[in-house]
Amino acid sequence: MEKSLEPIVKVLQEKFGATFEEFRGEVQCMVKPEHIIEALTTLRDAHHFELLSMLSAIDYFPQTSPRFHVIYQLNSLEKNLTLQLRVPVEGESPKLPTSTGVFKTGLWREREVFDMFGIEFEAHPDPRRILNPDEIEGHPLRRDFPLGYEEPQFSFNYEEIDLGKPYAKE
Amino acid sequence: MTQLQPANVEQYKHLISERALTGETMLLNMGPQHPSTHGVLRLVLELDGEIVVNCIPDIGFLHTGVEKNMEAKTFHKAEVMTDRLDYMNTMGNNLAYVMAVEKLVDLDVPPRAQALRVILVELQRIASHLVLLGTWGLDLAAMSMFLYCFREREQILDIFELVSGQRMMTTYLRPGGVWRDVPVEFEKAVRDFLKIFPKRIDEYEKLLTKNPLFVDRMAGIGHLSKEMALSYGVTGPNLRASGVNWDLRKARPYMGYEQYDFDVPVLTEGDTYARYLVRIEEFRQSLRIIEQALDKLPMGPVRSDNRKFVPPPRSEIGVSMEALIHHFKLWTEGFHAPNASIYSAVESPRGELGVLIAGDGGPKPRRVHMRTPSFDNLAVVPELVKGYLVADLVAILASIDIVLGDIDR
Repeated sequence: MEKSLEPIVKVLQEKFGATFEEFRGEVQCMVKPEHIIEALTTLRDAHHFELLSMLSAIDYFPQTSPRFHVIYQLNSLEKNLTLQLRVPVEGESPKLPTSTGVFKTGLWREREVFDMFGIEFEAHPDPRRILNPDEIEGHPLRRDFPLGYEEPQFSFNYEEIDLGKPYAKE
Repeated sequence: MTQLQPANVEQYKHLISERALTGETMLLNMGPQHPSTHGVLRLVLELDGEIVVNCIPDIGFLHTGVEKNMEAKTFHKAEVMTDRLDYMNTMGNNLAYVMAVEKLVDLDVPPRAQALRVILVELQRIASHLVLLGTWGLDLAAMSMFLYCFREREQILDIFELVSGQRMMTTYLRPGGVWRDVPVEFEKAVRDFLKIFPKRIDEYEKLLTKNPLFVDRMAGIGHLSKEMALSYGVTGPNLRASGVNWDLRKARPYMGYEQYDFDVPVLTEGDTYARYLVRIEEFRQSLRIIEQALDKLPMGPVRSDNRKFVPPPRSEIGVSMEALIHHFKLWTEGFHAPNASIYSAVESPRGELGVLIAGDGGPKPRRVHMRTPSFDNLAVVPELVKGYLVADLVAILASIDIVLGDIDR
């Protein structure tokens, strides 16, 4: 870990009981869901982490506790540091407080995480789906959501497959 | 035939003003098929006469589930999907992805491959800015710009065809190096481009930079403040036009960028015209990088010889049993990555292109997330266009440089 990152990680450990891991020189701090907004605010105001460059999630299905990790990649431009916060969330329809009050990045990125993983961000100002159509059921980037396929049409089964297609017939 | 449904105001109720509900202002669809949205983007505009009161971008028309598809492919095979994200920056997407895979499995890249990657990515940056400049001209009725810009872009695409066999969907950079060494004609082709392009930049500047028709429509509109840009996660030339000196090539050098001498153009105005000037200057800086990289292009292998991750050369397969086994294993099963995740980012023509990649101990990724810069850059547009005319919106949207393939993934 870089020397200048150590005091910051220490603050997170003492204040929010965060644990950290290091992999290939990258620092990943685990923060509890109830502390995330406070942690983001502290990092932004006291430690110059003013750019939240990535907000996404990973599904660890079939593991259920925690099933998802919501990931916040923070950058400090002044000190040229980067730090990853990870929030483990439990269960099938998890909820997290929204980060839009701290970083506006969340306005769209949290919508994307909700759309793709079904993680709800409480008090988000615009909680709609963003990439998928509104009619779709389920959340496509969950590991238990099937990839889907289309059976190829050949001359021998053309009619049969055509009957099942959703488009309008003459 | 299904009847066309009237627009559903209910779902935008929290985003539009009271006046839209009483009919005092008008809701208007701009797009999804509209020449100045640079792709399939729909903007729901609330208009008071010609003035934009609110703008609600509606995206997802090009969503193809790239991230989901990548989870079903091995690390090698998933790379072809990255070409199709930001189709103006294929080499850059390849680079972001292969760098993430290399970091995940701890794979080294020989110096020659690194220099080749830098040359190609910088050429791609020029090509991407050329498309932007051409279409930007079109949006503001400077028709001839488009023709000139595409003439030069063609030359770059010819170089890509020379090295990879493809003009756009290159997949030339591979984990551990590049696909194969460049042909002998490569150096001359790039030198030719380096020779003519500086003059061409001056030509573009003569056409646009001081042109009152162009400047009047650009200067002083769409002001993006430093704080707003950082809060929204705007990166790349848009951020640098707002006075923030942040370029990942300088801040966290990768692929040997630290050996090259180049400047990062930064302007403080933050308006549409500043975003144009930053990109013009980036042309010149990219040329400097290409020239230096070409001058000291080292000889040597272009692929790592770590056979657990990089397939052996064709010539070895006929004589070495081990090479045959490696070839077979890598192209059927693929290589295994540790059960961990990393994030790695590069500076694309549009900003920070990051890849979050998680392995699960097997040959396929558990999750690949492409942090595409256009997505966050478009999110700030509603803030920029408020209070401006619809005609200004066209200029502001062009200056943000969005690629819808990059946004919708």
